[in-house]
Amino acid sequence: MPQIHNSQPTIQNSIRGRVWKYGDGVNTDVIFPGKYTYTVTEPAEMARHALEDLDPAFAANVQPGDVIVAGKNWGNGSSREQAAACLVHAGVGAVIAESFGRIWYRNAINNGLLAVTCAPAVAALNAGDVVEIDVQAGVITTGAGQTFRFPPLDPAVQAILAGGGLIPYLKQQFQSAG
Amino acid sequence: MPHTFAEKILAQNAGLPDVTPGQIITATPDVALSHDNTAAISKIFRGIGVNRVRYPERLAITLDHASPPPTTRHAQNHADARRFVAEQGVTHFFDVGRGICHQVLTEEGLIFPGVLLLGADSHSTHYGALGAFGAGVGRSEMAAIWATGQLWLRVPESIKITITGQFSPWITSKDITLHIIGQLGADGGLYASVEFHGPAVAAMSMSSRFVLTNMMAEMGAKNAWVMQDAVTFDWLAAQTGAPERRPAWEAAARQLAPDPGARYAAEYTFDASAVEPQVACPHTVDNVQPLSAVAGTRIDQAFLGTCTNGRLEDLAAAAQILKGRQVASGVRLLVIPASSRVYMAALQAGYVETLLTAGAVFGTPGCGPCMGNHFGIPAPGEVTISTANRNFQGRMGTRDSEIYLASPAVVAASAAAGKIAGPEDI
Repeated sequence: MPQIHNSQPTIQNSIRGRVWKYGDGVNTDVIFPGKYTYTVTEPAEMARHALEDLDPAFAANVQPGDVIVAGKNWGNGSSREQAAACLVHAGVGAVIAESFGRIWYRNAINNGLLAVTCAPAVAALNAGDVVEIDVQAGVITTGAGQTFRFPPLDPAVQAILAGGGLIPYLKQQFQSAG
Repeated sequence: MPHTFAEKILAQNAGLPDVTPGQIITATPDVALSHDNTAAISKIFRGIGVNRVRYPERLAITLDHASPPPTTRHAQNHADARRFVAEQGVTHFFDVGRGICHQVLTEEGLIFPGVLLLGADSHSTHYGALGAFGAGVGRSEMAAIWATGQLWLRVPESIKITITGQFSPWITSKDITLHIIGQLGADGGLYASVEFHGPAVAAMSMSSRFVLTNMMAEMGAKNAWVMQDAVTFDWLAAQTGAPERRPAWEAAARQLAPDPGARYAAEYTFDASAVEPQVACPHTVDNVQPLSAVAGTRIDQAFLGTCTNGRLEDLAAAAQILKGRQVASGVRLLVIPASSRVYMAALQAGYVETLLTAGAVFGTPGCGPCMGNHFGIPAPGEVTISTANRNFQGRMGTRDSEIYLASPAVVAASAAAGKIAGPEDI
């Protein structure tokens, strides 16, 4: 069973984990099926359904810090936030892809999950490889020692990630405003 | 400097003289849409540490995704949503049976040229057909909008699609939309504002225009847009019963229309005359084939409904095809009108009787089995042909079934034939 992360995540500067590699066009429905969207609400239960219709081996074998590496348009489709949150609850450290569905990308950032666009790194990484991401420096390092740079995160995105996600970030803002 | 629709409306909303693609702005939505996910959003909202929604009059909430509720858990979810609505004094609340959010909000006069809507639903691109800016957001973002009234948005690049020519009989906006998605791909409009121009768009009814904007979510678009004209304003006047609002709609439409010379990331032209019926095949919306390539494929279920194609003209097309015919033996035809208003109009026009006589089964206005919650879930190994917008693996409840997407005419003809077929094949 995967370790379940109930606490609100905060992006760490360095993420290191094993690669789970997937192709182009992975949509929200195979990441988190629609039939669960109004009934599966507990983090541990959400984690058990992560990638259920894409890779039935994923939820049982994912380990904390593991990194998903995928092709174009990862997370296209529904606005369901569970398609990002279930990965956080399953312990996923980051997702590296060639491109992202726009709502999935926002949901990932808002849940404190790092999402990096870097096509050359995607091409170089294979399932089972170890990968390290230095968030501050914007560098991805493969187990074989290859390095890839990714562009700095947008300031609006950085502020939310630094706050641990959109809701904790807003909570801090409301508290400081008194 | 000339601007696109997205640049104009986002600048206006943010109170800025000028914006450019890539710029981050703070948007203040006029309408904040949520549905059965309202209960979950309300839990996130309470976690922020504020008690009252900033602008409750801007919220619009429908119960449509699993409606009426199929299980106790779904029923509790609805009960939690109703409690939130009562606590916060939300007035634009539409309970079980009123219909699908995107249809209901347009019928209720909440959407008109110049409105900025953010919705906790990916098909919020729908509203661009009326000259509104509609974009989908997540649940946490909706909670943030409830708390603050605002959300950050990136000004999108724009894509211009011009549709020329004339549609042949039985060829619809669904066919050209599937054709465009098949050609440009599921990421063909990623992050972009997709504008529709051209004579074939001008010739479409409002119902047909909604198909274009609704399905741009399947191309990755942030929002979509269709030019407004007499068709738009007549439709708004009829739906709202408030023709005195027409000058305001016309003024907003004129002001926000894209300028000649506006800059587009890409421009495409498609010829409606050259399109035959199109079918999106399992398991992605951009896996599009002409009908002739998949005709004859066995089906178990035909589904006519959803926010894409559950309107009166869609039921009319099906009734015309099925009048005097029967649904094929061994096939179920499920019809779910997009709203109670559509249902009543179809009843008065005789379409309901025609479809029932042909062997159709009717469901409560709402999303039905589109995303696998209830009311027409296929068995493993079964094949559905549907008028919906999405055919992802597992979408309707089991990963071991197949979903084909097509126009109402093709779905009705397929129901009669017991296999994928066009109106001219039966």
